[in-house]
Amino acid sequence: MSDPLGVTVGPSVYWYVTRSTGSVALMLLTASVALGVLDVGRIATKRVPRFLIDGAHRSTSLLAVVFLAVHIVTAVLDTFVSITLIDAVVPFVGSYRPFWLGLGAVAFDLLVALVLTSIARRFVGHRTWRATHWLAYACWPIALLHTLGTGSDVKSTWMLAISLACLAVVLVAVCARAIVGWPSRLGLRLAALGGAVVFAGGLALWLPQGPLGHDWAERSGTPAQALGSSPSKERVPVPRQDSASVYSKRPA
Amino acid sequence: MPLELRINWIKCDAHGMCAELFPELIALDEWGYPILDPRPIPPELEAHARRAVAACPTCALALERVPRRPR
Ligand code: SF4
Repeated sequence: MSDPLGVTVGPSVYWYVTRSTGSVALMLLTASVALGVLDVGRIATKRVPRFLIDGAHRSTSLLAVVFLAVHIVTAVLDTFVSITLIDAVVPFVGSYRPFWLGLGAVAFDLLVALVLTSIARRFVGHRTWRATHWLAYACWPIALLHTLGTGSDVKSTWMLAISLACLAVVLVAVCARAIVGWPSRLGLRLAALGGAVVFAGGLALWLPQGPLGHDWAERSGTPAQALGSSPSKERVPVPRQDSASVYSKRPA
Repeated sequence: MPLELRINWIKCDAHGMCAELFPELIALDEWGYPILDPRPIPPELEAHARRAVAACPTCALALERVPRRPR
């Protein structure tokens, strides 16, 4: 989008903020899952009592919501790709990578449901609260897929390292969760372990030809005008000042 | 009216979180179930009591206003 005043601006601040808050949110969600498993496993020591782990679990989840709010608002404010507030809450309706952005919306909706039922736990009742809390195990993988599918930094080593480290933490947490209290409800436990294996295996197969492969930006559904002029930087939407030249090189 | 702690024993799952947060009036028995001090909660400890209630994982702990008992 060209600047109405003719003044060129670099890549908007929003663009940086939305990327960084997104990755921080992924890490917070990971921490929340891990702490939640420690919490439900009643893991505690004299120096680290249970209320500490429980409090950390609650706080990281709330903090994740805050970071996601900033992540969403800045993504909407950034004018380079058109993402509306509606796209951020209603999945799969947007124009920018609709499927992968939609996963983010699903994950956010799930997280909000988790947090709201937790805050209103007294009114919701313990059973309902517990039932909704299983959604956490759906929320996290969906959030990771959104990160990998829309993230502009997935190909950079640091982001890949963060994603894989988060995956490792959650896999360990899920295994630990499946083991705590073994063997009651064995079917559920085996399903959780199976799900984790399938998810990790699926990622290993998909990543190299998906986000790490060629032309992911195009294949994931980035609108043509946002793809930019330099194929080597296909992942990064072109900063604003380049847009004018993009339009001139790519007649609609 | 003073506040008193109440426990729903059917819900209580011996998580012991309440005793960690409010040891002034809550102790744990050898199986990890809470033993409540029957005294009304002194006003200066009410915040701690509320925190223990909020932390109880099964919502078994509650605070109740009780009329002052005649002596
Ligand atoms: S925290 Fe709740 S479940 Fe745990 S011992 Fe106290 S009352 Fe029972």
